[in-house]
Amino acid sequence: MNFLELLGYFNYWVFAIILTVGLYAVINKTNLIKKLIGLSIFQSAVFLMYITMDKVEGGTAPIIQKGVEDQIFSNPLPQVLILTAIVVGVSTLSLGLAMVVRISECYGTIEENEILDAD
Amino acid sequence: MDLLAHLPALQVVVPMLSAPLIVLLQPRGLAWAGATAVAVLSFAIAVALSIAVLDGQTIEYAMGGWPAPYGIALSVDAFSALVLLVITGAAAAALLGAKPSIDQQIEVERHPLFYSAWLLVLSGLVGIVVSADAFNIFVFMEISSLASYILIAGGPDRRALPAVFKYLMMGTIGATFYLIGVGLIYMMTGTLNLADMEARIGDVTDINPILVAAGFITIGLALKAAVFPLHVWVPNAYTHAPHMVTVFLAACATKVALYVLIRFDYMVFQATLDAHEIQFAIFMMPLAILGILIASAVAMFEGHLKRLLASSSIAQIGYILLGVSFVSMAGLSASAMHIFNHALAKGGLFLAVACLAYQYRDLRLDQLGGASTRMPWTCAAFVVCGLSLIGVPGTAGFISKWMLINAALETGPWGWGLVAIILVSSLMAVVYIWRIVEALYFQAPVEGEAPLSEAPVQLLLITGLVAVLNIYFGLFPQVPLELANSAAALLLEGSR
Repeated sequence: MNFLELLGYFNYWVFAIILTVGLYAVINKTNLIKKLIGLSIFQSAVFLMYITMDKVEGGTAPIIQKGVEDQIFSNPLPQVLILTAIVVGVSTLSLGLAMVVRISECYGTIEENEILDAD
Repeated sequence: MDLLAHLPALQVVVPMLSAPLIVLLQPRGLAWAGATAVAVLSFAIAVALSIAVLDGQTIEYAMGGWPAPYGIALSVDAFSALVLLVITGAAAAALLGAKPSIDQQIEVERHPLFYSAWLLVLSGLVGIVVSADAFNIFVFMEISSLASYILIAGGPDRRALPAVFKYLMMGTIGATFYLIGVGLIYMMTGTLNLADMEARIGDVTDINPILVAAGFITIGLALKAAVFPLHVWVPNAYTHAPHMVTVFLAACATKVALYVLIRFDYMVFQATLDAHEIQFAIFMMPLAILGILIASAVAMFEGHLKRLLASSSIAQIGYILLGVSFVSMAGLSASAMHIFNHALAKGGLFLAVACLAYQYRDLRLDQLGGASTRMPWTCAAFVVCGLSLIGVPGTAGFISKWMLINAALETGPWGWGLVAIILVSSLMAVVYIWRIVEALYFQAPVEGEAPLSEAPVQLLLITGLVAVLNIYFGLFPQVPLELANSAAALLLEGSR
């Protein structure tokens, strides 16, 4: 595989890097808000993967126009799927933030190690 | 209109549409009554579906009349019917007995929201099972997970909050891994329908993305199913959840993820990937064995009643996975059977725990002295379900352990080693169940405590009923056995 071919997978490299960065933050950070930020980054990486694979070179939105017959379309299905996944991601994030608020009310801290010490 | 034909859709739609309506039932007790009625109705639908698929046929349902590969399909076969029975049965039984325990643990003004979340968990779980579409499984998985985080955090115990946070992190990572896998398969096959996927993977020229997808899906679902060593969220989440929520989730939540895992690895991958069954067995069997032995050993030394049973749940997931990893008819039907029987045994045990918790504030074993004289019926039910968990002949647990041992012997020269592992872990189960029985029956009561009485009749009746069912299905296992056997046949037919 030569350099240009590797470059051709640019979006997938970015996907893999963002995914790993997010996962690292989830595992390594002790602050719960930072963990949630990591989780969001982790999920965004998947959105990028879905959006990348539906792109057809020169393709446009799948809308039938009068008089244009040989139009190339990008695949709309992954976009629909990822719209749903974004909604799921938003609800997960908001529920997670609500949990952090409750934790902060009950424990007075959002640092994981301090919470473990408190019990 | 033929109502029977619409049952697969109704199974999901009834609890899902009732959930927002329950929120409106503000007067005291009404939310409970509504939610219970819906759960019982769901159970009735599951029973009707089970009767319809008992002879091994599959019910297909095209949502909105759009045919299968393009529209969204639902399908119910013997395996899904068995899991549907477990889910709706656990939800209905737990709700029927739940009122006294929930009244005690959760403030009255939050009851409508709590029961609404309960129904959302139910609709998400049954949605996962009936769906024949990989992406819909993801969406239903997130519906049930998000709602179950709310249920677990709903109790008075503040330690539930960090436990839920951990569960949320791991659950989301698991679901996202699953989503990556589905995306990769869609990229190569252009379909999300499970049956269609199976047909098209064979035509894919570059098989590497599919292999990566198989890895992502297996790991993601193993995380959701609490397969050892991805189980770390389970003990705290089960221990600090409201007691009735533990009954519901311990009986079915992890098993549904396991159901999807089995479905993917048998229906989609094994039919199409070279030597996938060998890779699957080599990967899963050690995890199953380690899970059985280590989690049982942890349970033997655990001092808190709920945490002990949660550890035992991880070991039981190991049993189910062990049967699956044999890749044989006997192994698969043993696993399907154990999904059913373990739900009965563990559901009964956690119901008895909820009875005990109604009277005892502290569930550490050394605080439970004298329970047998104060709460004789609860303790009797606990012992029956405990025997079923161990696998004593005459109880439901024995049937699946016996089937598992037979399946292990079929695997060849290593079979005896596997049988030894199953027997050793059953002895460990004897030890940890005995520790609880000793605490309940032979330990001196803690000084200075007011005399306690039996749990409320409503809760006690359900606990007794589940205990009796443990014996009933130990003596007359025909119905689940038939479902389990056709399930195994369907799964293996899919893979060859």
